Amino acid sequence: MTTAKTLYDKIWDAHLAHEAEDGTCLLYIDRHLVHEVTSPQAFEGLRMAGRDVHSPDKTIAVPDHNVPTTLDREKGIENKESRIQVEALDKNAHDFGIHYYPVSDIRQGIVHIVGPEQGWTLPGMTVVCGDSHTATHGAFGALAHGIGTSEVEHVLATQTLIQKKSKNMKVEITGKLQPGVTAKDITLAVIGATGTAGGTGHVIEYCGEAIRDLSMEGRMTVCNMAIEGGARAGLIAPDEKTFEYVKGRPHAPKGAQWEAALAWWKTLFTDEGAEFDKVVTLRGEDISPVVTWGTSPEDVLPITATVPSPQDFEGGKVEAVQRALDYMGLTPGMPLTDIAIDTVFIGSCTNGRIEDLRAAAEILKGKKIKEGIRAMVVPGSGLVRAQAEEEGLADIFQQAGFEWRLAGCSMCLAMNPDQLSPGERCAATSNRNFEGRQGKGGRTHLVSPAMAAAAALTGHLTDVRDLM
Amino acid sequence: MDKFTKITGVAAPMPLINIDTDMIIPKQFLKTIKRSGLGKNLFDEMRYNDDGSENPDFVLNKPAYRKAEIIVAGENFGCGSSREHAPWALLDFGIRCVIAPSFADIFYGNCFKNGILPIVLPQEQVDILLKETEKGENARITVDLEAQEITTPDGEVFAFEVDPFKKHCLLNGLDDIGLTMEKLDSINAYEQKAAVERPWV
Ligand code: SF4
Repeated sequence: MTTAKTLYDKIWDAHLAHEAEDGTCLLYIDRHLVHEVTSPQAFEGLRMAGRDVHSPDKTIAVPDHNVPTTLDREKGIENKESRIQVEALDKNAHDFGIHYYPVSDIRQGIVHIVGPEQGWTLPGMTVVCGDSHTATHGAFGALAHGIGTSEVEHVLATQTLIQKKSKNMKVEITGKLQPGVTAKDITLAVIGATGTAGGTGHVIEYCGEAIRDLSMEGRMTVCNMAIEGGARAGLIAPDEKTFEYVKGRPHAPKGAQWEAALAWWKTLFTDEGAEFDKVVTLRGEDISPVVTWGTSPEDVLPITATVPSPQDFEGGKVEAVQRALDYMGLTPGMPLTDIAIDTVFIGSCTNGRIEDLRAAAEILKGKKIKEGIRAMVVPGSGLVRAQAEEEGLADIFQQAGFEWRLAGCSMCLAMNPDQLSPGERCAATSNRNFEGRQGKGGRTHLVSPAMAAAAALTGHLTDVRDLM
Repeated sequence: MDKFTKITGVAAPMPLINIDTDMIIPKQFLKTIKRSGLGKNLFDEMRYNDDGSENPDFVLNKPAYRKAEIIVAGENFGCGSSREHAPWALLDFGIRCVIAPSFADIFYGNCFKNGILPIVLPQEQVDILLKETEKGENARITVDLEAQEITTPDGEVFAFEVDPFKKHCLLNGLDDIGLTMEKLDSINAYEQKAAVERPWV
């Protein structure tokens, strides 16, 4: 008897290397992405135990979190600890013979942007990285999730991960999106609807017309934030758009292998009648451009709304909302569009791809940002940067008053010098608005690239539809 | 990894929900290339004032809880990034057990790999424990992993669930990698099969 399987079931089954009697499984890992922050202790562990990297050919490293994004970065990293971390990655990549994109390489960038760009990420693969936003790669129909440093060491040593199977969750976005509404709004709206723990213990499959209509870049944005909804991984079944994106990338299969791969990839979808443990459905038409007002990605509202009051909530959330409003310096009842901002950050693995830069540039074209606003664009990779320059986007940004930076994580988590100061308020295209995420005391409002551009022009949170 | 069998210790209350890993260990402390020494920066932004002095209102700065070994917390503890620096910092401070109504997945798994036991209890039982912890250092909670039981200072006993494999590793301080290495034959066999079925990988 054949039973109907979900996409997750299919990828899982294809990667099961061993199953113990108690149900503990060894999942084989096809691609292991590595960055400088969560790997030094793992390599140190290997050295101490005298172990090698099991499959250096399936292991790809790139420094991104700590690297400066200013144009003079070839001068080196000023902060000693950051420098030591990046140097440690240089050395570990060299000593263990893994693929490496150093800071000086034009292909360097945020690990989750480099993987797909170079064709390392392919449909049906298992992909892990010591980074929670590994979920991004799920846009290709790859089972991709973040792991801790002990697991990084485990994958380096064995190319497997000890796993128990997660539950299946379906998030369906039906119909069409309204103009001005983007992938970022979809993913934030989903988290707003399900909460930051709504997906805990599940792998999400995103589906529906609005998801199918998204470009690969948009799908990556959606899957990127699956983790913010508590799910370890988000998946989207591969289709012609996926194959088109992958074809011809440096590490994508070629010739006969391409044909063989394609034949298998086309079987990667959820079978008719397969069961999900949880289903959430949103209507694409109902989604507005959204912003976050608090310090959790679930604190999300349409831009047309007002700042909520703690009394609108129940249980532990009442206190959490009070704390968030105090931290954010906001008063209940205030229209979200009245919130004045100091800074705009466009970048990160959520929204640092070419399409994101195009969307922001479209709004900024021929205009100037509000005086006194600090604004920066940090492309997700050196190649995104180069393409944006070729398309004339860099000029639009610079003429509008944005700084045009080199690739890295930058102000998404502010481990490098790009940080907010206490009380500084930022409209950011990144993924986390936690207290202190962008710098101690910094206040973050998560938005789409178009909304970030709109805020830069007016100096306050703005409904991008008013500028279109 | 240190074994975890049974501990009796002071529990600190942190009833806030969604305590994220950025709160547990802010990113400026992720620049280390070592696992140890992070305890002094555990909950750094809540624990210290801007001038570096201690914030006397923060629970772990209160005399009763300075040596806490257990944290009792609100739901979705450990959400956010995958940084294992969070359990490293907890452990370095001396925390061996966190009790909450729910945890974020990655953090939950990371705890077991570092000798910390995360325990999920229903909100009502967490509320009882939170009340008990208000008694400060007199409120010592016992956590027995072998028996899968928590005993409150009043002698009330709560049972908890834990994955048998994770329990086995924690009780014996076993390293996952060593265990997986024993299955290298299966991994090699899988690789040979996969090389035929999906040669492009
Ligand atoms: S851009 Fe931000 S979320 Fe993405 S990998 Fe870098 S730090 Fe993490």
